[in-house]
Amino acid sequence: MSEDHGHHPEPLSDVERRARALEELLTEKGIVRAEFIDQVVEAYAQDIGPMNGAKVVARAWVDPEYKQRLLADGSAAIAELGFGGPEGDHIVAVENTPDVHNVVVCTLCSCYPWPVLGLPPNWYKSPPYRSRMVREPRTVLAEMGCDVPEHVEIRVWDSSAEMRYLVLPARPPGTDGVGEDELAATVTRDAMIGVARP
Amino acid sequence: MAGDAALPRENGELVFDAPWQGRVLGMALALVEQRGLDWDDFRQRLITAVDAEPTRLYYDSWAAALTDLVVDLGLVSAHELESRAARVAR
Repeated sequence: MSEDHGHHPEPLSDVERRARALEELLTEKGIVRAEFIDQVVEAYAQDIGPMNGAKVVARAWVDPEYKQRLLADGSAAIAELGFGGPEGDHIVAVENTPDVHNVVVCTLCSCYPWPVLGLPPNWYKSPPYRSRMVREPRTVLAEMGCDVPEHVEIRVWDSSAEMRYLVLPARPPGTDGVGEDELAATVTRDAMIGVARP
Repeated sequence: MAGDAALPRENGELVFDAPWQGRVLGMALALVEQRGLDWDDFRQRLITAVDAEPTRLYYDSWAAALTDLVVDLGLVSAHELESRAARVAR
């Protein structure tokens, strides 16, 4: 990123100094290439994000056979659209239905399906979200502006190294005949985590 | 693509709060890729680091996990890192 103009108005924090020292040492020793780090940062800022997941969801909405494959083996179906990489193994798609609302959390740290959602938002990584979503999902969802009707069961999925989850939201009513790209534009990151209902 | 499905940034949240956070993420991914490691080698250390200090900044835990990994692999010594960090401060 471009904030490095050779001066710094604030003293560097400890972690910032350590990060810089690490990068200097790793690149000087030829262990990692600085350009590779640049590429990774660029990719996560520009190319990898919820728009990938939105394409997966929209495809599942318009193509029943794709949806079956997605629910049977999430990572494989996601790879069909060209998405994969770190944190991309063992992605499980969980489908919202009229009776079930799914929501994803990671109580351990911040496991998250990067290839389809990018990096997790700050609140996903926060201790209150991680602990409370398991204990009182309906309350936490309501606080986040997502009211789930009483008769709808809420299923909370705790991500781990073995499983990372992608919520497949219900296709909005009245969208018959709407094209796949247009549908994808309506799918939000929060809906794919399960903290919003489109 | 317009709307909420676009870039994380356009969803109202920056991917990184500060440039060093992106560098730490990039270093972890680069190290795993270029040393032929398993992503889990890093991830398990991240889980441990988050667990050790649950309230610190998320990318502080990344930096701690990354430091553990490079020191454990013998790529950089803890002493070397400390003295370099002290010089960076000048």
